[in-house]
Amino acid sequence: MFYYVVRRIIYIIPISLAVSLVCFLLVHIAPGDPIDAMVAPDTPPVVIEQVRAQFGLDQPLPVQFGIWLAKVVQGDLGNSLIKGRPIAADLLSASANTFILAMTGGLLGVLIGCVFGGIAGVYRGTWIDRVLLGTAVAGVSVPHYWLGMVMVIIFSVNLNLLPAMGAGPGGSTEWAWDWAHIQFLILPSITLCVIPAGLVTRTVRGLVSDIMSQDFITTLRGKGLRRSGIINHVIQNAAPTVLAVIGLQLANLMGGSILVETVFAWPGTGMMLNNAIFQRDIPVLQATTLVLALFFVVLNLVVDLIQTAIDPRIIRR
Amino acid sequence: MNETVSQTRTGDYLVRARDLNVAFVSREATVNAVNGIDLDLAFGEVLCILGESGSGKSVTLRALMRLNPKGKTVMSGELSVAGHDMMALPDSMLTSVRGREVSMIFQEPMTALDPVFTIGRQIGETIVRHEGISRREAEQRALDLLELVQIPSAKRRLSAYPHELSGGLRQRAMIAMAISCRPKLLLADEPTTALDATVQIQILLLLRRLQQELGMGVIFVTHDLGVAGEIADRIAVMYAGRMVEQASVTDFITRPLHPYAQGLMGATVHSGMRGHRLTTIPGSPPDLRLPISGCAFAARCPHVVNACRAALPPFRHPEPGRAVRCVRFEEAA
Repeated sequence: MFYYVVRRIIYIIPISLAVSLVCFLLVHIAPGDPIDAMVAPDTPPVVIEQVRAQFGLDQPLPVQFGIWLAKVVQGDLGNSLIKGRPIAADLLSASANTFILAMTGGLLGVLIGCVFGGIAGVYRGTWIDRVLLGTAVAGVSVPHYWLGMVMVIIFSVNLNLLPAMGAGPGGSTEWAWDWAHIQFLILPSITLCVIPAGLVTRTVRGLVSDIMSQDFITTLRGKGLRRSGIINHVIQNAAPTVLAVIGLQLANLMGGSILVETVFAWPGTGMMLNNAIFQRDIPVLQATTLVLALFFVVLNLVVDLIQTAIDPRIIRR
Repeated sequence: MNETVSQTRTGDYLVRARDLNVAFVSREATVNAVNGIDLDLAFGEVLCILGESGSGKSVTLRALMRLNPKGKTVMSGELSVAGHDMMALPDSMLTSVRGREVSMIFQEPMTALDPVFTIGRQIGETIVRHEGISRREAEQRALDLLELVQIPSAKRRLSAYPHELSGGLRQRAMIAMAISCRPKLLLADEPTTALDATVQIQILLLLRRLQQELGMGVIFVTHDLGVAGEIADRIAVMYAGRMVEQASVTDFITRPLHPYAQGLMGATVHSGMRGHRLTTIPGSPPDLRLPISGCAFAARCPHVVNACRAALPPFRHPEPGRAVRCVRFEEAA
């Protein structure tokens, strides 16, 4: 087990390298010259070349990658082309904001998903199951930027209950757990929770009804266990798989909240990424993508390790 | 009938079923799996229910502790087990009877044990549920039980998961779980069918020893005549959800009366078969979704006459302790 953990952590290195290479290349494969976005349209070619050299964009790609990677490893993610500031600080505070939103929305979704899925699985085939499953399918199918806008129209515009945009009063980007800030979190996290709630509902429902139809449930009933005792067995059987789905969903939310963050002007990585794309701010784009991808890799590792720890059927050496 | 009289009468028997019916109801069809079974079992007696797949023997066994899937199963008739009226028992009390007074061993020890719970915990859980002792004490009891069912290095096996044990050991663990609260009645649903031949014998011998030591009544379902002869006091043969013959094991093996029972004997390898060809029973069992009039075996029976198809033959009692549901058993024998 110890060796498995160590080896699994060492695997992170080549995976991260590959991820950073892809992040780096993707931006260069994409059409459009970032210099065009920085300089005025009538800039003489000589100046353009100067700017190009200044940012190291005239070097061959492998050299550019090497330089970029060497800096990234030292924690220097470069400067934003638009703002001219170091990216790392901005990215850190954006990541923290995204983390708050993703975790709130994610945990809300997981909670709803486990409850809905558990009930639907136990009562499979009844009207309760059909209602819950229908809700789950609707949740997965509704585009969440649309849902976000509808919620803004209802709760912010018409009812004037909750703020529509930002992460704090007066456009503050510093988070705090007080009502002044939390009210900004409500609409985006509800919008964000819908998809994981739907997916987790379907997963849990399938798992529960599958486990409930297995032979050992009959054994448990034959032993005289009450419903609560049997549910305990079902939970422990379902936990490893549910955990894996939850982990991937949370990782998805970290990067996948671009639309929701944009709709609610939530100052997180999603919005940062969105702005970077439209402004062709290549260093920001690279850094943000890289951080999100690495977060995905780490979360996968954590899920894997927890799964190994709690499921006795998985033996990894 | 007088209340006290009925109680003493059911008190004489560990199991007493009268006209027990079990049907599985779904939107598409109703399957009449068990049709009007009468069954008596004395305390400490071993009964083998013999029959082919789909004859309703497992369903009957599960019906004895109302273990067939709830909501899809319709039961009727009278059923008393260990003094409890099983048809009237509310669910809350049923869970106290299951596992304590009646328990069951299943056919597939692989799938019948929870894969993510250790053996020790699964056995201990039953004891904690029924005797309210601490998990620690239950663990100790589980250890004693594993030794009782002769699992080698029992202490280590306590913390093993089912997939870490062989089929034979898993079935021993299952038996340990079933007898953990010293039930009065042990139901065994083909407990040796999924095992290797050598292991089968060991499990049978273990069950016989435990039955004698603990004095349990046992109902043992099997399609294997050899197994039945090894362990049973009495044999009941089922066909298409009905009981067709009941006899003591020696009577049955020396001279089965019902043509179906004879067919079973003829299709089985046993002593005195040298030089004879094994026979088969032509045809297949009837569709239980359709109503059956008359004897269910008529379509496959070599001795069939019109009377067989006209009405369900009543039980005949050619000698004490024997019953056969056949109008022509004298000619057939």
